[in-house]
Amino acid sequence: MVSVKKKLIVKNKQGLHARPAALFVQIANKFDARITVKRDKERVNGKSIMGILMLGAEKGSAITIEAEGDDANLAISELEKIVNTEG
Amino acid sequence: MIQLKGIAAAGGISVGPAHKIGREELTVPRQSIKPEEIPVQIQLFEEALIKTRKEIVALQKRIAVEMGQEQAEIFDAHLLVLEDRMLIEEVILRLKQECVNVAYIFSEVLKKYINVFSKIEDEYLKERVVDVNDVGKRILHNLLGRERKEFEDLKEKVVVVAHDLSPSDTAAMHKQKVCAFITDIGGKTSHTAIMAKSLEIPAVVGVEEATTKIKAGDILIVDGGTGVIIINPDEETLRAYQQEELKLKGITEGFLSVKDLPAVTLDGKAVEIVANIELPEEVPSVKLHGAQGIGLYRTEFFYMNRRDLPSEEEHYQAYKYVAEEMNPLPVIIRTLDLGGDKFLSQFEIPKDMQPFLGWRAIRFCLARPDIFKVQLRAILRASVHGKLKLMYPMISGIEELQQAKKILDEAKKELKDRGIPFYNDIEVGAMIEVPSAAMTADLLATEVDFFSIGTNDLIQYSLAVDRTNEKVAYLYEPAHPAVLRLIKNIIEAAHNAGIRVGMCGEMAGEPAFVLVLLGLGLDEFSMPPLVIPEVKSIIRSIKLSDAQAIAKEALKLSTGKEVAEFSQVKLRKILG
Repeated sequence: MVSVKKKLIVKNKQGLHARPAALFVQIANKFDARITVKRDKERVNGKSIMGILMLGAEKGSAITIEAEGDDANLAISELEKIVNTEG
Repeated sequence: MIQLKGIAAAGGISVGPAHKIGREELTVPRQSIKPEEIPVQIQLFEEALIKTRKEIVALQKRIAVEMGQEQAEIFDAHLLVLEDRMLIEEVILRLKQECVNVAYIFSEVLKKYINVFSKIEDEYLKERVVDVNDVGKRILHNLLGRERKEFEDLKEKVVVVAHDLSPSDTAAMHKQKVCAFITDIGGKTSHTAIMAKSLEIPAVVGVEEATTKIKAGDILIVDGGTGVIIINPDEETLRAYQQEELKLKGITEGFLSVKDLPAVTLDGKAVEIVANIELPEEVPSVKLHGAQGIGLYRTEFFYMNRRDLPSEEEHYQAYKYVAEEMNPLPVIIRTLDLGGDKFLSQFEIPKDMQPFLGWRAIRFCLARPDIFKVQLRAILRASVHGKLKLMYPMISGIEELQQAKKILDEAKKELKDRGIPFYNDIEVGAMIEVPSAAMTADLLATEVDFFSIGTNDLIQYSLAVDRTNEKVAYLYEPAHPAVLRLIKNIIEAAHNAGIRVGMCGEMAGEPAFVLVLLGLGLDEFSMPPLVIPEVKSIIRSIKLSDAQAIAKEALKLSTGKEVAEFSQVKLRKILG
């Protein structure tokens, strides 16, 4: 079982809301790995739109993505792209 | 007579009786259940989710055709909420812990999320509350086995008055039943405003006390342009607004008086005036402006702003709708005209150095018959629903037409094997927009049923000018002698081969150039719907013989500027 953790700053000007959030969840659901996103003390399921929205992660906030599973590495690198997209 | 003021969200004036939509609070009974009933409750929940999913997908399809892809995408968020793991897991967990009926648990969980979202200081999240509420209600309805009341039983056109309208609400409303929207909350960019605009229905939002001040059946004047609402107006006010309403329509109606008349010159030469469109929802405007068909249906939007490729069904539904709506008038569908780089998200494709000269349009399609055939099959399938023709963009030589034909034949065979009907003799045309095609039009004419001149690219390519580059944009001259000669050559080659030739670039809708093009023998002019009435009246006020003389003169001039000025002068003379 691979377990990967990555700390990131949300670069998207919409934050992890709207389309970026939807995209994040859609991508997360393509992987078998368990995906968790943390912000401050809040921990949510990365495959849940409700969870991601509850984080309220606006632009500039620090989040940590954790992935556990055989495809964890790939999952993290795909999700990182979305968090890092500035658009 | 009371006057209310809100935010003007979609223009226009409507008068009608108020139809109030209550904020429906579903009361869900709390019932204890036995532990052995839990599996049945879970199954009920799953069935409700599946049923809701089907409803949303069906709704989304209808909206995509009626209002466009963008409106339909609103419901993507609904699907995500519906399939949300956290939500589903929480419901199932609590069901097991509390042994209470699933409908009650679900409504409680839903309330919790809505509360949390409402408290977060974020505009976007506040809007999402509407989505979550909307999906939640759908699921609850299905859990409780209740039918949603839609607008089918309304007898007359009404003004819908509501605290707020969810996307599902607005989507269920048909233009035949609703003449205006009023909501207590919402802003210029709310769902209601967006939907109202695309339905072309006046809307005033953010009225605050609309639902308390307005009673069902009140006669309302809704001015979506100023945001003013008048409740039970006196006769004088009513008359003034009705006149205003007519005046608003009159601006276009006077212009449209020519719309149902044929485009025939004074000496009896008939040409065809058709429309350029990009989205199926432009069809009503096409008809309103009196187009005699669609000369260019661009299909790029299917491929834009998304990561996956459009399905055959998606293409088919849109083409079928346009074909049926326009029938018996012809519709020319242009196959995909995008650069390969637009597909970057799917394939690792190197970016072209010079995209206009690169891997795009027919070149991309011929290299990726798998993608190309999806569209071709959809066009073929839709061809039984109306008069469809298809046209390939960016043809540069005869081999490309032959290769495209081979792929089209394969697509036909695949449909035949699947036993799906299509119109075998669908007309196939080539867009002539590359100078090499213009020069060899006589050769190409033997391979196709019609030509359509794409002037935007033809001008760019033949004058070697990128018109988006402001330093050289002045060189972009539609009436440059080189362009005129190419057009003349294309038209002559087409007529010698006995095929028709149209034009779908901007030049075809430029009043001054219409005279020259008519004189050169163009058979079909394709343009944005809005300019159709103007071009039609120009054609109806000149003789073909005069246009021919003008074209002959124009061909003798030595610069694009001279040609442009000359045609302007001639046009002014004709319009008097």
